[in-house]
Amino acid sequence: MSTTVAGLVFAGSLIAALVVSYRYFGDYMYRALTSARHFAVERGLYRLIGADPAKEQTWGAYARSVLAFSAVSLLFLYAFQRVQDKLWLSLGFAPVQPDQAWNTAVSFMSNTNWQSYSGESTMGHLVQMAGLAVQNFVSAGVGIAVALAFVRGFARSRTEYLGNFWIDLTRVCLRVLLPVAVIGAIIFVGAGMVQNFSSGTEVTTLTGATQTITGGPVASQEVIKELGTNGGGFYNVNSAHPFENPASWTNWLQIFLILLIPFSLPRVFGRMVGDRRQGLAIAAVMAIIALASTAGVMALETGEHGTVPQAVGSAMEGREVRLGVANSATFAAATTLTSTGAVDSFHDSYSALGGGLLMLNMQLGEVAPGGVGSGLYGMLVLAVITVFVAGLMVGRTPEYLGKKIGAREIKFASLYFLVTPCLVLIGTALAMSSATERASMLNTGPHGYSEVLYAFSSAANNNGSAFAGVSANTTWYNTALGLAMLLGRLLPVIFVLALAGSLARQKPVPASAGTLPTHRPLFAGMVAGVTVVLVALTFLPALALGPIAEGLL
Amino acid sequence: MRLPGWISQHLAAARALLVFTVLLGIAYPLVVAGVGQAAFYTQANGSIIERDGQKVGSSLLGQSFEDRPEYFQSRPSAAGVGYDPTSTSASNLGPESVVDTLGDPAIDPESGEGNGSKQSLLTQVCARSKAVGEREGVDGSRPFCTPGGVGAVLGLFREGGLTGRITKVVSLNEPASSYDRATKAAKKNDSAFVASYEGVPVELAVFGEDYSKAIVTPIRGNAPAKPAVPGDAVTSSGSGLDPHISPAYAQLQLARVARARGVEGARLRKLVDEHTTGRALGFMGEPAVNVLELNLVLDQRYPKKG
Repeated sequence: MSTTVAGLVFAGSLIAALVVSYRYFGDYMYRALTSARHFAVERGLYRLIGADPAKEQTWGAYARSVLAFSAVSLLFLYAFQRVQDKLWLSLGFAPVQPDQAWNTAVSFMSNTNWQSYSGESTMGHLVQMAGLAVQNFVSAGVGIAVALAFVRGFARSRTEYLGNFWIDLTRVCLRVLLPVAVIGAIIFVGAGMVQNFSSGTEVTTLTGATQTITGGPVASQEVIKELGTNGGGFYNVNSAHPFENPASWTNWLQIFLILLIPFSLPRVFGRMVGDRRQGLAIAAVMAIIALASTAGVMALETGEHGTVPQAVGSAMEGREVRLGVANSATFAAATTLTSTGAVDSFHDSYSALGGGLLMLNMQLGEVAPGGVGSGLYGMLVLAVITVFVAGLMVGRTPEYLGKKIGAREIKFASLYFLVTPCLVLIGTALAMSSATERASMLNTGPHGYSEVLYAFSSAANNNGSAFAGVSANTTWYNTALGLAMLLGRLLPVIFVLALAGSLARQKPVPASAGTLPTHRPLFAGMVAGVTVVLVALTFLPALALGPIAEGLL
Repeated sequence: MRLPGWISQHLAAARALLVFTVLLGIAYPLVVAGVGQAAFYTQANGSIIERDGQKVGSSLLGQSFEDRPEYFQSRPSAAGVGYDPTSTSASNLGPESVVDTLGDPAIDPESGEGNGSKQSLLTQVCARSKAVGEREGVDGSRPFCTPGGVGAVLGLFREGGLTGRITKVVSLNEPASSYDRATKAAKKNDSAFVASYEGVPVELAVFGEDYSKAIVTPIRGNAPAKPAVPGDAVTSSGSGLDPHISPAYAQLQLARVARARGVEGARLRKLVDEHTTGRALGFMGEPAVNVLELNLVLDQRYPKKG
């Protein structure tokens, strides 16, 4: 089989697996997350937490719970890193510096998992498993919980209530994430990912040198890193590390886990609003954008663009032999189209336009299919904007799923959309206007600027991958990127819940002959178009200075 | 006692986090470790290989075999000094990293502080290709590389900045003088890889000169598009720990390893073929040769004489 054919079969088999899981895993999640019954163990947890499972929350109360949980997570994770030297399994590492601890705490709380640290030389095993990996679960849980509350805004009417955050969070963690994680982790150990608490084993190599074989609870963290679209690697080089990604088939499985929940959630949405076709339409929009982007990255990376790839004869810089260029490109597209940010190859060494496409994936707001939960609510906000645009064209009050999209709704949707572009562009502009911050660039010229633009795109969109050449472990970058991650996560959550509250209060509008059907290809095409146009208008000037300039020069 | 709402909210959050930490941060990894240690002891502990009771490495992590002609060589590595699992890294250099930062020719590049030079990715690729070519006795030339093994890149100065007549051409990666270890002083270098460009003579690059206004122009040259030295041999991997090389790179090294061990090439060829793994299920990943495993078998079957 030729390399090209194998690469296409690789991508095709992923698509096939995702189509099947959309149906079955989507239905499983729907039942698990909307059932009226509580398991005994869950009742016990609710008692421990002090939450009343019979009580629902208004959008304000729901948002306050999200904020409280995020604040507590942030403080706990910060403190945990600051005292790691006094705890078990610290491997002798010093406390993490304050600015880096802040950056990392925000990063994992916000489901970004940007890493300004290098895992194997900074974090002890206990911080990794009981601090960082816990956030891998619960930050994913928060994202899905908010998505559920938002969908209830469409599904319900004449109510103030959007569900109970503590129940949603617990169910996502226990019923969805944990079972898959346990099975996945055991498969991963079998494949060669380490799962121990060793501080490293010294070996004498064949040439007589000493090599330290690192240890750690890697497999258990690896599976939730992908499943929860987190992306924070146990080691510095993330999924390129043979202990985090030992074989080409674990690479396939990781991409599948990254895409599993984001692509299955539209099914949950469709069933919750009582019309599966609505879910299919949203999934179709995600799929159109994802396919186009993945095909683009694969073509650009296998095509040897740029001086060095031509000199080498293949784009092998920053790639592993066992994974190859085409499969690495598929991984790179998946990780940036979702909010994952794990990498199995190094994006800084991608071709100018290939790397630019990865940046664009994040700048789309990560909606195709996006992070767990955040992808669905992001895409639904874009659908709201689309019906508004369509309504303007024909001069009718726009409506979506029986809800009127009035001034209040469109304000929240617009605010939601504006948050990340503001953070990305202002952050990049500030960094580029200071000589000290420019000095953090590894590469020079447009590529160096791309490193900074990528960093802020990644942080504000809660992705976490990097053009890793940029030295981001400085007080300025740690603080600024931390702020971008924090605001890029929580402001959209507040706006989306406020929008949900205002939708849930409405009484449904019966569909009429003038209603725009939102399950047809026409609408799906329009949403995809609106997404691309909005993002292109926002980011093209910024991209023109970086990847586009580099690619065309 | 009834607490104000905002306090009870945060108390609930703290209790929830505590519960999840115990369940997902302690119990879950312990269970996975328990099952892993019981069912997959070797894998869970790093796939460590022993020889004569000695731990010699992990079958998943590459090692450096530099300067040992009797071994198959691994790929270049950016992890620490090379293949260091405690400081994994990629080079992170971009596709247009083509201009070197020249070092001070009066200072020994090997000295403690170094001479301030920084190689571009292109020059690294060219230098490795030349070295591998010489080691294996094949043509190490590549597109965009000079015969001397640096990036073939000209800086063009034009009358109007970006347009107009060319007034000056500099070969940006070829220094006019460099440190000579014999005399411990700067030594003048020979001419550039091309004598002239569009009729203008090509100068060598002078340390300390500002060439930032020059138009950077890589020169393709006439090296074959598919060079004799494979791509994985001249690039560093993502992890810096890549345990594999491509079958092409293994084949290239056959003759040299056979000579160093005094065995027939054909026998080694069979061994390399046995250690070549294809794509998983026929379509995942790329064919690869595990270097450490191959070298271990070599030591066992064809020990180096003397």
